[in-house]
Amino acid sequence: MNGGGGGDVGASSGPLDWRFSQVFGERSAGEEVQEVDIISAIEFDKSGDHLATGDRGGRVVLFERTDSKNASGGRKDLEGTDSPVRHPEFRYKTEFQSHEPEFDYLKSLEIEEKINKIRWSQTANGALFLLSTNDKTIKFWKVQEKKIKKICDIITDSSRTLGNGSSNSNVTCLTNGGLPDKVNNYITHDYSFPPGGIPSLQLPAVTTSLETSPVARCRRVYTHAHDYHINSISNNSDGETFISADDLRINLWNLEISNQSFNIVDVKPANMEDLTEVITSAEFHPTHCNTLAYSSSKGSIRLIDLRQSALCDSHSKLFEDTATPTSRSFFTEIIASVSDIKFAKGGRYILSRDYMTLKLWDINMDSGPVSTFQVHEHLRPKLCDLYENDSIFDKFECCLSGDGLRVATGSYSNLFRVFGVSPGSTETTTLEASRNPMRRQVTTPARPSRPSLSSITRVVRRGGAESPGADGNGNSFDHTTKLLHLAWHPTENSIACAAANSLYMYYA
Amino acid sequence: MSMTDEPLYPIAVLIDELKNDDIQLRLNSIRRLSTIARALGEERTRKELIPFLSENNDDDDEVLLAMAEELGVFIPYVGGVEHAHVLLPPLETLSTVEETCVREKAVESLCRVGSQMKESDLVEHFIPLVKRLAAGEWFTARVSACGVFHIAYPSAPDTVKTELRSIYSQLCQDDMPMVRRAAATNLGKFAATIESAHLKTDVMSMFDDLTQDDQDSVRLLAVEGCAALGKLLEPQDCVAHILPVIVNFSQDKSWRVRYMVANQLYELCEAVGPEPTRTELVPAYVRLLRDNEAEVRIAAAGKVTKFCRILNPELAIQHILPCVKELSTDSSQHVRSALASVIMGMAPVLGKDATIEHLLPIFLSLLKDEFPDVRLNIISKLDQVNQVIGIDLLSQSLLPAIVELAEDRHWRVRLAIIEYIPLLASQLGVGFFDDKLGALCMQWLQDKVQSIREAAANNVKRLAEEFGPEWAMQHIVPQVLEMINNPHYLYRMTILRAVSLLAPVMGSEITCSKLLPVVMTAAKDRVPNIKFNVAKVLQSLIPIVDQSVVEKTIRPGLVELSEDPDVDVRFFANQALQSIDNVMMSS
Repeated sequence: MNGGGGGDVGASSGPLDWRFSQVFGERSAGEEVQEVDIISAIEFDKSGDHLATGDRGGRVVLFERTDSKNASGGRKDLEGTDSPVRHPEFRYKTEFQSHEPEFDYLKSLEIEEKINKIRWSQTANGALFLLSTNDKTIKFWKVQEKKIKKICDIITDSSRTLGNGSSNSNVTCLTNGGLPDKVNNYITHDYSFPPGGIPSLQLPAVTTSLETSPVARCRRVYTHAHDYHINSISNNSDGETFISADDLRINLWNLEISNQSFNIVDVKPANMEDLTEVITSAEFHPTHCNTLAYSSSKGSIRLIDLRQSALCDSHSKLFEDTATPTSRSFFTEIIASVSDIKFAKGGRYILSRDYMTLKLWDINMDSGPVSTFQVHEHLRPKLCDLYENDSIFDKFECCLSGDGLRVATGSYSNLFRVFGVSPGSTETTTLEASRNPMRRQVTTPARPSRPSLSSITRVVRRGGAESPGADGNGNSFDHTTKLLHLAWHPTENSIACAAANSLYMYYA
Repeated sequence: MSMTDEPLYPIAVLIDELKNDDIQLRLNSIRRLSTIARALGEERTRKELIPFLSENNDDDDEVLLAMAEELGVFIPYVGGVEHAHVLLPPLETLSTVEETCVREKAVESLCRVGSQMKESDLVEHFIPLVKRLAAGEWFTARVSACGVFHIAYPSAPDTVKTELRSIYSQLCQDDMPMVRRAAATNLGKFAATIESAHLKTDVMSMFDDLTQDDQDSVRLLAVEGCAALGKLLEPQDCVAHILPVIVNFSQDKSWRVRYMVANQLYELCEAVGPEPTRTELVPAYVRLLRDNEAEVRIAAAGKVTKFCRILNPELAIQHILPCVKELSTDSSQHVRSALASVIMGMAPVLGKDATIEHLLPIFLSLLKDEFPDVRLNIISKLDQVNQVIGIDLLSQSLLPAIVELAEDRHWRVRLAIIEYIPLLASQLGVGFFDDKLGALCMQWLQDKVQSIREAAANNVKRLAEEFGPEWAMQHIVPQVLEMINNPHYLYRMTILRAVSLLAPVMGSEITCSKLLPVVMTAAKDRVPNIKFNVAKVLQSLIPIVDQSVVEKTIRPGLVELSEDPDVDVRFFANQALQSIDNVMMSS
C-alpha cells in the first residue's frame, strides 16, 4: 500500500457497483427493536478476517470470514472467478458480555453498558485481542479457540482404583472444592517417598476433542481515568500503548499496565465557564508512533507530536476549514462539530465527518481540506427541526476504503453514501441498508467542492434516478432510522454498516 | 504399595486436581508439583509428568505462571543435570504464550535450567530451541528468543555462533516493534557473552540499527543498552562508537529518549570514562538541564550530584552550577523538588568555600520555596550539608521554614516534617531545639488530624530517646502530662498513647512516679474509650514496672475497670488482668 490513497486514478475511475452480501440480526416486519440490541460500534481487524460489533447492551459480537483467502482451486474459488469480485463472507463466531451497567457511588452516576468503541489489537498465537470501551471503562479482551478437553480417568474418582473407605472422603473433597486442611498439612511435612516413586499413582488422562469453541476472557480493565465520557480509543503502532479520549482529556496507556495512565492532552480550562471546545474523537497515526490527531467540537483537527513534550496541549498542526460558511446562523457552530476522524491507511490523509459534510485532509496541507463532500446539504432547511428533536447532535462515523480511493459515511433513513476521492472522480453513491441497497437510489445533488476547482459543479446521476418516493431534497427522510456506524474492509471493497440492531454487509 | 494406603490419598487428590475445574485447586496442585514429582519418582516424572504438562498448556495464565516458575527449579526432580533437557519442551511452549508475565517467567526458568546444563546438552537441545523460538511464527516466540541467546551462545561451536549472531541481528530488525524492543533490552546481556572481536562489528551494527529505529520505544531501550555495551568495549572504542550515539540521543527529537539519557547519564559517563565525560558529556548534560521538557529537567536535576562527583570542582562550578541556579527557580515545582532532594549532596563535592559562596544561596532559596515538597526535600538531607559547613549558617533560615511546614494546611506536609524532627533535633542540638522546636512538638499533640497526633506521640518518644530521659523529664513529660486535662477525649487519648510510648524509654522509676498516676486518674474518665485505652496502656506497663507496683496499683485499677458497665472496657481490662497472671506464672 503506497502512501494511502488518492494517487492511483486509473484503477478507480468507474463507480463501484454495490451489492448486498449478508445481513445479521435482520428484523422481521413489524418486529420492534430492543434498545439493548442496537449496534453502537463496528470494527474490522487489521487483516479483515474478523469483524466485531458492540451494542447498547454491552455485548460484543465477533464474526469471522468464511471464504478462506488461501483456498485455491476449490469449487467456490472457481465459481468466484466468474464474478468480477469475490466478496468476503462472514459468519457468527462468538459473543460475550463486555460491559455491565454500573453505578458510581462516589459521583452518584449511572454508567451505561453501551459499547462506545471497539479497537482490535495485535493478534498473537492465534488468539484475538480487542479493546472495548463504554463511557468510563476500557477492557482488554482475549478471544481464543479452546479445545474441549475431557478428563476421562482420575485416580480418586473411581472406586475401582480407590480403596473402599476413601471414596466417601473423596466426595467431600470435591464438593468442598479442596483438600481438607489436615491433608494439606500432612503433605507439607516431609514425607519420604520411595526412590522409584509410587507406581500406583496415575496422572489424569485427558482426551482432547477436535472441536474447539471460542472463549473470551477479560485480560485487563483500565478504569478511573476519565471524568467525562470516553469517545474514542486508538491503538498505537508500537503495539504496546493506546490512547483513550474523553470530552476534555486524552490519556495514554500501556496495554500491560492497567493502574496508571498518562494524561497527554488536557483542554479543560481553569474555569469551566470558559469552556468553548471539547474533544470529539482521537486517533493514532497508523505508522508513526508519535503522532496522533484529535478533532474538536469547533470543527478543527489537531495533530500532535508526542515527542515534543510530556503534556501535548500545544498542537504541532492545526487543520481548520477557513472557508467562511455562506450564511452564519445559530446552527453554524453545532454543525461544524466533527463527529469522527479516521486516518487513511498510509497516514497521509485524514477523513473527518461533521453534520453536513465529509472532509478529506492532507496532513501536509493545513490551509483547508483537500475535498469536501456534501452529505446532508438537503437537510439545511430543516436544521431547526433537527435541533428540536436533538438529531443535530447525532454522531455519524466515517470510513475509508483500504486503498484510500473512496470514503463512506452514514445518514438518515438507513442510508449511507460512498464518494470517490481520487481527483476527477465523480463517484457518489447512495445506498440503503437493506437487502436491496439500490432500491432507494436517489439522485442527490452532491457537490464535492475542491478549493482549486470550486467552479466545477459535479452532478452525478445514476441509473434509477427516476425512482419514485425519494425526491432529491430527501423529503422522505426519517430521522429515527439513522445509520451512524459503518466500517470499510481493510483490503477489499466491502462495507459493514449498522441499521439499528441489524448488521448489513455490502460488496462491490 | 496399594492405593488404600492412607498417606497416598492426599497425593492422589493433588494429582487429580491438576485437572480440576476450580482454578484455585489447579494452582494449588501446580505449586506442589515437586511433591507430585517425588511421589511419581524421577523416571515417571520425566516420562509422564513432564509430557503431561507440555500437553496441558492452554490453562489460565495464573496456572501457567506458576508452572513456569516451578519448572525453573525442577532439575532435581527429573534426575539431575543430565536429564535437565526434558524440562525444555514445556518451558518452550510456555515462552510462546501471549501473556507477558508468563513468557518472562518461562524465559527466566529456561535461563536457569540452561545455565546448569552440560555443554553438550546445550548444543544438542538448547541451541535448537533458541533457533526455533527465533523463527517462531508469532512475535511472542521471537520476543522470548531474545532473552535466551546469552545462555546458548557461549557453548555453541564457532559456525553456530556466527549463525546465532546473524539470527539476533535479524531479530533487531524484526517487523514487530515488540521483538525489536526485546532485542534492544537483551542486547547488553547477549553482548557480554560475545567475543570482543565480534563486538565492534556485529554487535555495533545491531546497536546502530536499534538506535536508528523509527519507534521511539525501541530507541529508548537502546539508550539503556548504551551503558551496558560501553562497559564491554575498550575505552577508545567506547569513545569512538558509543559517545557519538549518546550525544545524538541527548538531542533526540523525542523527549522520552532525552529523558532516558538524563536518567542513564551517570552510567553512560562511567562507560565512556572521566576524560570524555568532561569534554563531551558536560555540554550534553548542560543541555539536558536546560531542556524544554520539564520531565527531562526533572531526570537531569536528580542526577546533578552524581554527575558532579565525577567532575572536578572547577568544572562543576563553571558549567553545572549556573544551571543549578536556574533550576532552583524553575517554573516546574517537580524540577525544584528533584533538585532539592539531591542538591545537598553537592556540598561535599564542592568543598566548604564554594558551598558557602554558591550553594548556600540556593539552599536558602529552596528553603523558602512556595511548594512544601521542595522545602521538605532540603530539610530531609540536612545531615549532608552539616558535614561540610555546619548547621549554624543555615539555622537562621531553617527555623522559619520548619515552622511554616509545621503549620502547613496540608496534614501530609505536617506529617512529613514531624518525621524529620528527630533528625533535625540531633543536627541542631539540644539548645536550639529547646528554644524553638519544643513548643511545636507539643502543638502537634493537639492537631486536628489523628495521623498527626499519632505521629506527634511517636515523635515525643523519639526525642526522649535522642536526648535521654533526664532531658525528657524536664522538657517533655510535664507538658505532655498536663494535656491529659484536655476537655476533648480524643486529645486525652493521644496523651495516653504518648505515655505508653514514653514509658519504656523513661524507665521504671519515672514511669511509676510520674506516668502511672496520670494513667490511674484517667481510669476514672467518663468516656469509655479513654477507659479501655487505660486498660491497654496498663497492660503495656506491666513489663516495665516492678511486680509490687503491678499488684499494688495496676491490678486494683484493672479489677475496677473489669466491672465497668461498658463491655469494651471490661474486655480490655480482663485481657490486661490475664496478661498479669501470665507474667506471674512465667516468673
